[in-house]
Amino acid sequence: MRIACPYCGERSLDEFIYSGDATVRRPDASAPTASEDYVKYVYERTNPPGMHRELWYHAAGCHAWLVVSRDISTHAISSVELAKDVALANNQAMKESA
Amino acid sequence: MASDHYSIFSVLREALRGHTGWKPAWRNATPQPDYDVVIIGGGGHGLATAFYLAKMYGITRVAVLEKGWIGGGNVGRNTTIVRSNYLLPGNIPFYELSMKLWEQLEQEINYNAMVSQRGVLNLYHSDAQRDAFARRGNAMRLHGVDAELLDQQAVRKMVPFLDFENGRFPIHGGLLQRRAGTVRHDAVAWGYARAADRLGVDIIQNCEVKGFRFEGGKAVGVETSRGFIGAKKIGMSVAGSSSRVAAMAGLKLPIESHVLQAFVTEAIKPFIDGVVTFGAGHFYISQSDKGGLVFGGDLDGYNSYAQRGNLPVVEDVCEGGMALMPRIGRVRVLRNWGGIMDMSMDGSPIIDHTPIPGLYLNAGWCYGGFKATPAAGVCFAHLIARDAPHETAKAYRLDRFATGHAIDEKGMGPQPNLH
Amino acid sequence: MARTKEAPRRDPLQPQRLVDRGIVDHRRTIEFTFDGVTYKGHPGDTVASALLANGVMLAGRSFKYHRPRGILSAGSEEPSALLELRDGARREPNTKATTAELFDGLVAKSQNRWPSLDFDVMSINSLLSKVFVAGFYYKTFMWPAALWEKLYEPAIRRAAGLGRASDAADPDVYEKTTAHTDVLIIGGGPAGLMAALAAAQSGKRVILVDEQAALGGRAIDDGSIIDGRPAREWVRSVEAELASRPDVTILRRTTVFGTYDGGTYGALERVNDHVAVPQKHQPRQRLWRIVAKRAVLATGATERPIVFGDNDRPGVMLAGAVRTYINRFGVVPGDRVVVFANNDYAVSTVTDLINAGANVVAIVDSRPKPSEAISRIASSAGTKLLSGAVVTRALGKKRVTGALIRTQSGAEVRLFCDLIAVSGGWNPNIQLSTHVGGKPLWNDDLLCFLPGSLPPGMLLAGAVAGNFSLPKALGSGADAGATAVANGTKSVSIPVPKAAEDSVRIAPLWRVEDHSGKAFVDFQNDVTDTDVELAEREGFRAVEHLKRYTTLGMATDQGRTANVNALAIMADITGRTIPQTGMTLARPPYVPVAVGALAGHHRGKSFKPTRLPPSYKWAKEQGAVCVETGLWLRPSYFPRPGEKDWLDTVKREVNTVRNAVGICDVSTLGKVDVQGKDAAAFLERVYMNNLKSLAIGKARYGGMLREDGILFDDGTVARFAENQYFITTTTANAVRALQHMEYCAQWLWPELDVQIISATEQWAQYAVAGPKSRELLRKIVDPEFDISDAGFPYLQVGEITVCGGVKARLFRLSFSGERAYEIGVPARYGDALMRQLWEAGREFGACAYGTEALGVMRIEKGHISGPELNGTTTPRDVGLGGMVSKTKDFVGRTLGTRPGIVDPERPQLIGFRPVDRSVRLRSGAHFLAKGANPTAANDEGYMTSVAYSPSNGHWIGLGFLKHGPERVGEIVRAYDPVRGGDTLVEVVKPVFVDPEGARVRG
Repeated sequence: MRIACPYCGERSLDEFIYSGDATVRRPDASAPTASEDYVKYVYERTNPPGMHRELWYHAAGCHAWLVVSRDISTHAISSVELAKDVALANNQAMKESA
Repeated sequence: MASDHYSIFSVLREALRGHTGWKPAWRNATPQPDYDVVIIGGGGHGLATAFYLAKMYGITRVAVLEKGWIGGGNVGRNTTIVRSNYLLPGNIPFYELSMKLWEQLEQEINYNAMVSQRGVLNLYHSDAQRDAFARRGNAMRLHGVDAELLDQQAVRKMVPFLDFENGRFPIHGGLLQRRAGTVRHDAVAWGYARAADRLGVDIIQNCEVKGFRFEGGKAVGVETSRGFIGAKKIGMSVAGSSSRVAAMAGLKLPIESHVLQAFVTEAIKPFIDGVVTFGAGHFYISQSDKGGLVFGGDLDGYNSYAQRGNLPVVEDVCEGGMALMPRIGRVRVLRNWGGIMDMSMDGSPIIDHTPIPGLYLNAGWCYGGFKATPAAGVCFAHLIARDAPHETAKAYRLDRFATGHAIDEKGMGPQPNLH
Repeated sequence: MARTKEAPRRDPLQPQRLVDRGIVDHRRTIEFTFDGVTYKGHPGDTVASALLANGVMLAGRSFKYHRPRGILSAGSEEPSALLELRDGARREPNTKATTAELFDGLVAKSQNRWPSLDFDVMSINSLLSKVFVAGFYYKTFMWPAALWEKLYEPAIRRAAGLGRASDAADPDVYEKTTAHTDVLIIGGGPAGLMAALAAAQSGKRVILVDEQAALGGRAIDDGSIIDGRPAREWVRSVEAELASRPDVTILRRTTVFGTYDGGTYGALERVNDHVAVPQKHQPRQRLWRIVAKRAVLATGATERPIVFGDNDRPGVMLAGAVRTYINRFGVVPGDRVVVFANNDYAVSTVTDLINAGANVVAIVDSRPKPSEAISRIASSAGTKLLSGAVVTRALGKKRVTGALIRTQSGAEVRLFCDLIAVSGGWNPNIQLSTHVGGKPLWNDDLLCFLPGSLPPGMLLAGAVAGNFSLPKALGSGADAGATAVANGTKSVSIPVPKAAEDSVRIAPLWRVEDHSGKAFVDFQNDVTDTDVELAEREGFRAVEHLKRYTTLGMATDQGRTANVNALAIMADITGRTIPQTGMTLARPPYVPVAVGALAGHHRGKSFKPTRLPPSYKWAKEQGAVCVETGLWLRPSYFPRPGEKDWLDTVKREVNTVRNAVGICDVSTLGKVDVQGKDAAAFLERVYMNNLKSLAIGKARYGGMLREDGILFDDGTVARFAENQYFITTTTANAVRALQHMEYCAQWLWPELDVQIISATEQWAQYAVAGPKSRELLRKIVDPEFDISDAGFPYLQVGEITVCGGVKARLFRLSFSGERAYEIGVPARYGDALMRQLWEAGREFGACAYGTEALGVMRIEKGHISGPELNGTTTPRDVGLGGMVSKTKDFVGRTLGTRPGIVDPERPQLIGFRPVDRSVRLRSGAHFLAKGANPTAANDEGYMTSVAYSPSNGHWIGLGFLKHGPERVGEIVRAYDPVRGGDTLVEVVKPVFVDPEGARVRG
């Protein structure tokens, strides 16, 4: 598997560390449902047999966290984004919907 | 007369007539409209569950539904190790029950699965690792499980060919469980299938579950590629695919699917007797009765349903092998494959009710599923039959994550690929 | 029966060798031994071709029945001719004679026989073959149970395996390399060569890989004529053209063994396997990771045997192999030959045999109606053609002496021969197309599986795609090469050379019905057609069941000559088609690969990198004993003459620190620089304790949790400026902690203005600890900096200069509980600073101390470390519950309040000392109430850290005990059965030295 790091270019799998599902977002700790929200956030996973948005860390490179879209049944990667950009866009979207 | 009971006598009798009298190991059953219990998944666990449901709990109207061919999941793709050298009180009694069941398996199912107790030796390379193993060994002893802490000299006596002198991480000793060992993996599935079949269980291959049917919030059956099959109780035993099947029931599990690679070399004359686990790298090895060295290491580390891994882990595992025992350098890897692990969030399994009445879950086995097969069968059967957890599997609750009772042997936290 | 030409000349020293054929170097003769007998061969031979040249056909014994076996093939599909190659530490079991290149002095032995290949006692198994059928062991050896481990299994294990692996460490070295290319061409036969030529026109990077020493593949094996000249000449010209192009790399003796994700291919180059010992400074083998934008699969095809009675006898050989031995090696494997085929490949086989001077006794063609090509060759060669006939049994034991034939009319004919050349058709070598999930497709015309869906970027050329005739192979190669460089559309085209179109017509014949003798499907694992029938009878009908139950296809040849035949037989028995019956997917590696090659140089001391702390050189000069701490090698203690053991030394080091001053390299701690407008807010969220109030110029202890509320790491947080922090982590967690902080900064809180960088390697950092530490430092720190207790109190930090202007950082921190400092300088000054400190410390009686004394002193002070931070403990467990902030959100806050995390029954950290003060404590012991039975139910916790405390004069310990803090003064059992320990210990407060903590302040 090779991941195209937006900073470093395409690199081999062994430069990266995987960290899992990128669709779960850290909940608001002050919400009344925080206890349940955190259990879901930390433990429950969709783990779908197809496209998966997931976090990778370019440990042997630029130390950027990435959001990779990958089909976990075929390992085909369709996009790689900087996690920071994705997170900022998520924040923006949440602000707009609020 | 067809030969049904397996023994040296039936083998000799059949030898005289060209083995024409053997019956199928299990019937090729066609699905009935309904059953008392339907087990989804014809792997080792599902078949063992069906067998113990019939044998221990007298429930024989049982069907095991298998999408493909039985034993095609992790029971057919593992490195065959059985052991009960666990650390935590939530795990030890369960795995020890499993060891005891392994020890009597052949007589119980009249099938030689070659349970071979040649020992599992976990090496340590530092004082801290030694003490962690001592803690573990002591916990095992408190549970009545055999454990010995060996010093370097004792390890040298057992496995003199390890790289004691030149290793990057010197070998100081090891934790040995003599009763641990290996079992011929495929035979476990076939033996349980045959034994369950003899007790009336229907084993239905090429029958894919496509969905669940609920009535009044209760699970009442499954929609399959061979039509609807009704059931009073349904057990899911589909490690590797747990998230997929659970999703059909609207459940989200604390599980990720990960690929674990394993390796076998060309068959060579006896080379290593028991199982040895390297403590300073990701590598463990044993030799099969056929002569192949069977070894493995760490997960690839990313979610996968693909039953195959990539080159970095292949190299990593072989590096561990050469660091541990450099005399395997010229032995050739014959096959390398990947199995899909149900990696749970704390590295320990789940045998529990689901929130849906009538639907039971056996999942999250990480890489511990094979050695657990008999005990998982007993405990899942017990849960389904009695609607209460088996004494040794009480800790394997689905809600333990919500309550903060994770069973985290490695102390790696809610990060499945680190367990 | 007539020979068409005068028989070619043979070598008098090698009876089956033609002196003027093949591409071996006839001018040079080399010697080798097989089972102690010396033979002659030529460079360019394989062991198999050289044995055959010498008339040796018996090469091995089979796995289960110990039947005599010969040489079936001429390639890596060989199931029978497996040898122990070389000897001593370089002994290589199960080496295929058909791929091992001959070198002068080569030593080979047959395997799995005793006492000799010719007379093997274990061939008695053959008599028991009626018992030893597939899966018999699952049905027996069960009674009595106790005998399994004692008797049955040891006997089975002794019988297991074929060759013996070396007992000594592999003396050779291996290396790994990575190559990037536009086009990878796998296979250097006619199709691959054409693909390479076409791709090379574009000027793009091309790598051409071929298994053999010489390119050309089947064009050489078949002695083809291309563009009117012998294939070897054509190959030579193509090679020359490719060699002239700088962007073309040709890797010979290299096998692509695996396809991986992202266009990555694993390949093994056998750099020095063709010589006795690798040349100096060269690896034995080299692992290539080839990253290719496009790959052309030109791996050709493997011939299938036909399943008939005693088809395993030495002298039954694949027809293609017969041709290879003649055309590539100049060896005639037999003199009287029966050719048995279901396809027109028999035609060229007969031609080659006759041209080589062999006598073709008969052509046995299973097709009732002979093809035109067959009829023509039979008549031109004057050979008997038996159409609609089959060989039912090979005669002879250690060498074929004849063939039993059933003619179309059902008559039995017995023909004398010493070789049966068999062709059951060809299986394309599609393995590399299936490794990443591609599904093969059955082709009913060609009677074989072809690649179905392909891995991204892969193209096909030649026989692997079913292009079995040479013109088609050449043409498809040119097309694939052109397509590979043209981004999908064909743009370059090269002239395709001319070659004769051979007929490839075939009709199904998988096994001969009603044969006598044993008919083998899988030669090496001794799986017969009746085993397949038995498997079917017992319900093992799924292909994977068949394979696993009978062990078919699991031997070193990967079932390349067995799988399709078995599948066809199963299909036949069950009345299904072959595609309905299934297909086993190939797994890497395509050919077995040595573990050493996959490991490369990562063995011995080079298994993992070694990290050395900045003072390492100095420490070694001081005689330090070092210990592996993760990847670091850290001084453990510094023995001095006269000290009798490590404990003696450690006592002295601790006493020196507690009474004077000691110096310790603590550079291995993770060091992270955190800067930015929001650095304070960021750290406030990362740490469990309050850091908001941390003033500039101050440091504070900090703890990090995982999101699940479990302690992750601890260290110090120092604030150097409004927006600049410098934190330390534990040595063990340095990498993970940095990763975690990056995660928090980039993913959890991207809106925060904070930047993080590791500074672990950038700073050398030394602890200077003990009552005289300040006096020592005064001699190092430049005079303008005030380090008095008033000017630089406990937990003060500051930027200073030392030794006359070297930039440094000073931290007043203490792990030992004494007045102590940590002083950091840029790593390049690390060695120099240590030497300066050492010189300056002389007058104060300073010592250097290592991880042992460090550990003793932290245990004496009850500070937690690795054994307590074991990934399952909470702040409350380790006595830090009071530090956890209740007023802010931070990682781990919410889940840290779950009932299981705050359960008062969780064991808590407390101290221990032995009731009998002379007794040694052991960490890993479990605690039991005094008098309680040693059972799991009575388990109350465990000892985590122990040390001999010189300050107390006895052993002390830290551990987790249920309700520990409430039980101070109680006596409990420290139970350690794995080391035979059972000690009464007193529960004490976990601080053994200076409980008031006065010393750290001076």
